[in-house]
Amino acid sequence: MGSDMHDSTSGGPSGGGGGAPRGAGAGPPPEHRSATTLRVNGKPHTLLVDHRRVLLDVLREDLDLTGSKKGCDHGQCGACTVLVDGRRMNSCLLLAVSLDGSEITTIEGLAGDGEELHPLQRAFLDRDAFQCGYCTPGQICSAAGAMSEAAAGHPSHVTDPALPSGRPVPLDRAEIRERLSGNLCRCGAYPRIVEAVRDAAGQDAAGRTEGVIR
Amino acid sequence: MAPTGTSPGTSLGTPAERREGRLKVTGAARYAAEHPLPGRAHARPVPAAIARGRVTAVDASAALAVPGVLAVLTHDNAPRLADPEDATLAVLQDPHVPHRGWFVALVVAETLEAARAGAAAVRVEYAEEAHDVTLTADHPEAYEPEDANAGQPGVREHGHPASAFDSAEVRVDVAYEVPPLHNHPMEPHTSTAHWDRERDRLTVHTSSQGGTTVRDTLAALFGLPEDRITVVADHVGGGFGSKGTPRPDVVLATMASRHTGRPVTVALPRRFMPAVVGHRAPTLHRVRMGATADGRLTSLTHEVATYTSRVKEFVEQAAVPARVMYAAPHSRTAHRVVPLDVPTPSWMRAPGEAPGMYVLESAVDELATELGMDPVELRIRNEPDREPDTGKPFSSRHLVECLREGARRFGWARRDPRPGSRAEGPLLIGTGVAAATYPVQVAASTAEARALPDGSFVVRINATDIGTGARTVLAQVAADSLGVSLERVRTEVGSSDLPSAPLAGGSSGTASWGWAVHEACVRLAARLADHAGPPPGTGLSARADTAGQADAESSYARHAFGAHFAEAAVDTVTGEVRVRRMLGVFAAGRILNARTARSQFIGGMIMGLGMALTEGSTMDAAFGDFAESDLASYHVPVNADVPEIEAHWIEEADTHLNPMGSKGIGEIGIVGSAAAVGNAVHHATGVRFRRPPLTPDKVLSGLAG
Repeated sequence: MGSDMHDSTSGGPSGGGGGAPRGAGAGPPPEHRSATTLRVNGKPHTLLVDHRRVLLDVLREDLDLTGSKKGCDHGQCGACTVLVDGRRMNSCLLLAVSLDGSEITTIEGLAGDGEELHPLQRAFLDRDAFQCGYCTPGQICSAAGAMSEAAAGHPSHVTDPALPSGRPVPLDRAEIRERLSGNLCRCGAYPRIVEAVRDAAGQDAAGRTEGVIR
Repeated sequence: MAPTGTSPGTSLGTPAERREGRLKVTGAARYAAEHPLPGRAHARPVPAAIARGRVTAVDASAALAVPGVLAVLTHDNAPRLADPEDATLAVLQDPHVPHRGWFVALVVAETLEAARAGAAAVRVEYAEEAHDVTLTADHPEAYEPEDANAGQPGVREHGHPASAFDSAEVRVDVAYEVPPLHNHPMEPHTSTAHWDRERDRLTVHTSSQGGTTVRDTLAALFGLPEDRITVVADHVGGGFGSKGTPRPDVVLATMASRHTGRPVTVALPRRFMPAVVGHRAPTLHRVRMGATADGRLTSLTHEVATYTSRVKEFVEQAAVPARVMYAAPHSRTAHRVVPLDVPTPSWMRAPGEAPGMYVLESAVDELATELGMDPVELRIRNEPDREPDTGKPFSSRHLVECLREGARRFGWARRDPRPGSRAEGPLLIGTGVAAATYPVQVAASTAEARALPDGSFVVRINATDIGTGARTVLAQVAADSLGVSLERVRTEVGSSDLPSAPLAGGSSGTASWGWAVHEACVRLAARLADHAGPPPGTGLSARADTAGQADAESSYARHAFGAHFAEAAVDTVTGEVRVRRMLGVFAAGRILNARTARSQFIGGMIMGLGMALTEGSTMDAAFGDFAESDLASYHVPVNADVPEIEAHWIEEADTHLNPMGSKGIGEIGIVGSAAAVGNAVHHATGVRFRRPPLTPDKVLSGLAG
């Protein structure tokens, strides 16, 4: 798999004139850009990144991965949630230049290659856990992150303090609601999202992390 | 087992899966900013930093020196527009600043970062004037508008409401106040415009509830024939009314593309939205109800004061539901409006009904308390035979059934009616009920249906799927009208190159579009019946235009109705209100897709929950702007706020609606749900809160007496 070289100051994936840096008028001076390598959905990309550019804009503007959404650009809505080295993050708050060497998974890469949907994607479809769809990629990535966190024993605000430390936290409705409260949905699909995550977590329970689900 | 829609003529009513669902869960659905045309630039508006006055000078030199900045547009150099019908679209045409946040410049740049840096570098000087942004019921500039929103008369009066009130055995005279509310769809208002100079063609991807209007508006503003403009709104990240009309983003993007010759995207930053995309205006309410001792209303007065901007008149028709809901021989429903130096209010989900029914249904609860009557029974006792204001017969009205069915499912009979009668440690628990109503609206539309040689069908219509599932339900309508299975029908929506159609708004989309789709399919079926053998190579098609039919005046009063029940727990230590469960029962004609309908009902109820507990905006008197301008300060409900919610419906057969027999369902969920929560809080605590949202500070103050 080859490494793509992009110029993140070119104004878009097809606007860069073959990837060569544009003239001085097209972007910040060279000292305000740095070559940065991100592994996105399994594929390495080396980009000449404007130091001001956040991961969300690298994904959307440079890599044409527009599944990650911009709802607020301030870390307030969660629509831009992606997995960075396996942990869920608001990609609008991460300066891309600070992520050199990181592994990024977006909604486009969640299921891996092929036609098969990730269990969360399947469950969101089955449960009609969205309407306009704009928060949906963030919800799904966030749910994937939350499931990993719970499996790794990370407690939440609503976790029973009596639960043994470090043991997987069962994802009941209250846990899902709490852990997904960083992802706003103005259409109000929350009850369906909770059901969808329960469904997906149930599949995991049967397959990989048995005993997690109460 | 329910029919699945795989056999002919059985699609409507089934829970068919959203046709664009896979695109949305895989991130493949592209929204308005996500069309990376070659050379595409980004533009960022500069909002006015004063509340009233004019721009005296714009110094763009520092902005133009920012690497990557292509142009700075101001009222001095922006393309001239024809006078718009909607004055909020007259951007960069003159130095006038009608409110804080009005756009005074636009920076076009190669990248988002350069546009932001450029916008920060624009120096604007102003001549500031004293402003007034404070709504009061007795404001000297208040006037009675001839019409409120939706063409509703500003004032209606029957009999002698004042004297009937004075002589009533039981009286309620209460004042309520609903704050400004913001739509905040998850996708900010966004447009990507490409004005191709060589071909003299304009293509716009925009986040809108109705692309036909956007096309017509751009044609008028820029003096371009409609057939040279294509407006695409393929996937739209919510609107809730705020995308029902074109917004400045689409005008600015078009201007910038014409000026630079490049495709340009304007995506409004979240914090700019409250000032320029419309909002629900605040409403000051006074309700007076007089009743007999056995609970029959003798007099009902609902008076509303609200504001509009100085840019254009918009009057939230919050007194209108009182013209529909209850039988009262004497009544008055009236609006007064004050023009202020505020952002222009507009549609937010169920304009009029949402705040109006919050107040009316809270006041009915107050009357029930005064009477010592069950609030469900009080509503049933005042059920009218005909629409109170017009005297028209209802095409169908099953409010009583909704109340009874809801009460049964909710376990209302077990309720101890005494306020403050149920405690769990520091928590006080209460339950509340409220009714819901929303008018049936329908507009004329065109549509085309085509039969292809392979046995499949295509329905083409410029409907917009803002998350309602329009693609899916229109395929269901078509399949049943053609008498074929659902899989054989494809729908094309979301482009102004398709047959013209009205917007997704006023809960009218499915009725308006579905009617035209039905007519086109019926005609196509007739053509196919006359045609021997399979359709020719290009297929056979039929068009329909429902003008004069769908938009004809009805001799019936047509409304959907519903009932909400809520259980709330009030923490007497922290003042926090948590809703434990909500249940809605609706009578909205025939439900065309059980899956997407349930999502819409529940979504509306959750927005009502926000209205009751968390959502509220404040117009800062000194600064002249909303204090809560982003999602960290304006609290839309989050997942942890939302309890168990059930939505049910009563199957209603109504032949006076449209060929599908449906009423709109997009808005009724928000109507009355906030009142049910407020009434539950009163039942829990014995304290009546009349200024939502019921945040802990207000609740603690109220509990302290």
